Amino acid sequence: MRTLGAGRLLGTGARRMADAVLFEFLHTEMVAELWAQDPDPGPGGQKVSLSVLEGMGFRVGQALGERLPRETLAFREELDVLKFLCKDVWAAVFQKQMDSLRTNHQGTYVLQDNSFPLLIRMASGLQYLEEAPKFLAFTCGLLRGTLSTLGIKSLVTASVAALPACKFQVVIQRS
Amino acid sequence: MGWILVASAAVILFLQNYPLYIRSVPTENELKFHYMVHTSLDVVDEKISAMGKALVDQRELYLGLLYPTEDYKVYGYVTNSKVKFVMVVDSSNTALRDNEIRSMFRKLHNSYTDVMCNPFYNPGDRIQSRAFDGMVTSMMIQVC
Repeated sequence: MRTLGAGRLLGTGARRMADAVLFEFLHTEMVAELWAQDPDPGPGGQKVSLSVLEGMGFRVGQALGERLPRETLAFREELDVLKFLCKDVWAAVFQKQMDSLRTNHQGTYVLQDNSFPLLIRMASGLQYLEEAPKFLAFTCGLLRGTLSTLGIKSLVTASVAALPACKFQVVIQRS
Repeated sequence: MGWILVASAAVILFLQNYPLYIRSVPTENELKFHYMVHTSLDVVDEKISAMGKALVDQRELYLGLLYPTEDYKVYGYVTNSKVKFVMVVDSSNTALRDNEIRSMFRKLHNSYTDVMCNPFYNPGDRIQSRAFDGMVTSMMIQVC
């Protein structure tokens, strides 16, 4: 009886934790694999690896943008889509919501995560600051891909001042 | 903004007003359906912009009967990713109820989502998935 109870208790919580951890491990391996080919690729090589990661994130984001939205037409305006990214997408991928969303109301949005799950295991503060961009490229692509499926063309970049907090900047591309 | 048209007709799926998928039964009527479907795309756009202005909280993906002609009824559906589904059904098929059409669109939507998640599919390409074909076939068998 006790084991059953414990199992049920651990059940959904453990499963959710397992999902998150699986993605974290996979992501870490992806970054490691891309840099393992040439540990010091120089600025040109680095750019290629970063864009490979961003491209992977983009395709995943495209699929996510199709899969996640609810059964109703949820987006009346651009801001609704950004809120969707901050709440639903972030919760689905990182089990938390974005900590803040700011905009200049002219097509630029800054999404801030004060404890980004892909950075949190690494360090706190300024150690590994140089390495941080490698761990943000995939997520930038993810945001751009989801936006793309929902009809918004954008440019997404990330910046870190001190781990594990980071900011994602979304600039809407109007043709 | 792709379009999918299904009817007894045809099923066509549209993205940005070009077709991602066209299937009709019997197949020789495809050309006739193309014309009908292009007209229906205008109606879909009208409905979407009308909904945009409405202050209704819940805006449905299912657009309902777009317009009836004397031979056919045309139904529409739109996704959050602006993919439009159009279904053309023979008017003589009076047994088909609204909720059945809704569930067919939902099945189409779910299958389209699966296609999007297929790593071998490039978003924007014509859909060539056999699984998708199979689902549409079984749906059309039901309708015809």
